[in-house]
Amino acid sequence: MTLAVIVVYLALVLLVGMVSHRLFRGTGEDYFLATRSIGPFILLMSLFGTHMTAFSLLGASGEAYRNGIGVFALMASSSALVVPAVFYFVGIRLWSLGKQRGYITQVQFFRDRWASDGLGVLLFVVLVMLLIPYLLIGIKGGGLTLSRITDGQVPEWIGSLAVCVVVMTYVTYGGLRGTAWANTFQTLVFMTLGAVSFFWIVRELGGLEAALGRVASERPDLLVRGERIAPLKLLTYTCIPLSVGMFPHIFMHWLTAKRAESFRVPIVAYPLCVAVVWIPSVLLGVLGSVDVAGLKGPEASSVLVRMIDSHAPELLAGLLAAGVFAAIMSSLDSQVLSLGTMFTQDIVRHFGFHDRMNEREQILVGRLFVATILFLTYVISLVSPSSIFKLGIWSFTGFAALFPVVLAALFWRRSTKAGAVATVISVAVLWIYFLVRGWNVADYTVAGSGIMPVAVMIVVSATVMVLVSLATRPPAPCVVDRFFRSSKGSR
Amino acid sequence: MSRGPVRALLYVALILIFLLHNDLWLWDDGRFVLGLPVGLTYHVLYCLVAALIMTLLVRFAWPETLGGDPDRGSDR
Repeated sequence: MTLAVIVVYLALVLLVGMVSHRLFRGTGEDYFLATRSIGPFILLMSLFGTHMTAFSLLGASGEAYRNGIGVFALMASSSALVVPAVFYFVGIRLWSLGKQRGYITQVQFFRDRWASDGLGVLLFVVLVMLLIPYLLIGIKGGGLTLSRITDGQVPEWIGSLAVCVVVMTYVTYGGLRGTAWANTFQTLVFMTLGAVSFFWIVRELGGLEAALGRVASERPDLLVRGERIAPLKLLTYTCIPLSVGMFPHIFMHWLTAKRAESFRVPIVAYPLCVAVVWIPSVLLGVLGSVDVAGLKGPEASSVLVRMIDSHAPELLAGLLAAGVFAAIMSSLDSQVLSLGTMFTQDIVRHFGFHDRMNEREQILVGRLFVATILFLTYVISLVSPSSIFKLGIWSFTGFAALFPVVLAALFWRRSTKAGAVATVISVAVLWIYFLVRGWNVADYTVAGSGIMPVAVMIVVSATVMVLVSLATRPPAPCVVDRFFRSSKGSR
Repeated sequence: MSRGPVRALLYVALILIFLLHNDLWLWDDGRFVLGLPVGLTYHVLYCLVAALIMTLLVRFAWPETLGGDPDRGSDR
């Protein structure tokens, strides 16, 4: 039954991707950006689905199982404020510049903003390096989930392969429109199924009041923050959602908006979507601490699957698996497509075939690159250890630490190419330094102080941007005016 | 009231809300409020407040973009 539900779900996702292809206009802009035609609702769903990963369903409940209700403040409510604020301050401006100047990728914008090919290449390398682990986690996570939910009947490699094949099919076939439509469908699926799982299990546990009462008597430590989460950690963890300002896949979705007003719904509804997904996940993790006590280490991430096994019919287990697949694929598709787009536009087209590639060839290269990157990542996922999942938070940390770059690009005329290059290099160096120091330390914070490395990295990268920019020659007015002149004029 | 002061007011409110995320006074409070542990209830309500401030921002302090004033439906 579980497998049947998953197969039907994957077929539905493919169908949505195929149907969207009927609107394909055959141009590069349509394949890479859906001709900037996406309206408010699909923009919300594709942004939210892209940003939320399987961690929101499985990882969050596992974290709550270990650390209690504080996980919601740490990971959910901080995003509920910071992410839409980034959409508001950064996303709309980037959309406007992208539309006005015809950008397709993030690298194009930064290269143009500081008139530097070298910066473009540096950013491309850093962004790809930060994004690859993220892809790997999604593909490996799909295989692990299917294996767990089917009690090992389906080996991990088949689940990972299924994720890759489905994503590759609708991304290469439907481009960004197919991705946005499939994301919308999948986001609705994982939001709905998370809520259904919650209500079903809570009912089986005798209602929320009774179930929480049991936790209060047996594990009261999970109902407060206490010693489990340091106040400094809560404060500095709010830097992590700033990563949304530098994710290539989020940038790409911003550019698809039909008009600036399309951002209104995502900005307003984002905090509500966060609550809808994370409240059930965190509560189920906390209730699981009593219901399926004794899970150690990474095993805690399976708490939701185990609770469904115990309390829900097989159909719901299948639906939950579909929901997890939805969360995984709705992120993976955009990430892969953004990599394909950057490779096509920023490397192949910019450096090799600027005037010689027609639209059809651009689309072909984009499709080939998507297929290649999925194949390579799949192969790596087969041989990578489970500890690879620890890279998730480090990937977010790296992107968040680059946030001062986009902030300076949009709001500081005096910022220079040298400042931007130095900032990116400082982030890369610090990222490697903290990764090496923290890799084998659970819940690593700087010198055990509770301060997340991301906060230190942001302070350093912002300082580097300011100092190096002020120490180098100001950018030429003819370059800067293209980005600030109209803004001043409209006031 | 012109949009400038309203915008400034909303930006200040945004900063205050950001600071209020750090609810140190509820750190070890195990009471239940609205059927949930108060530390969780607070942050669920915080999400609603975040939605409210975002509503006010898009309504009264829409950013001036390079493509013209979006309030007038510019869609270049």
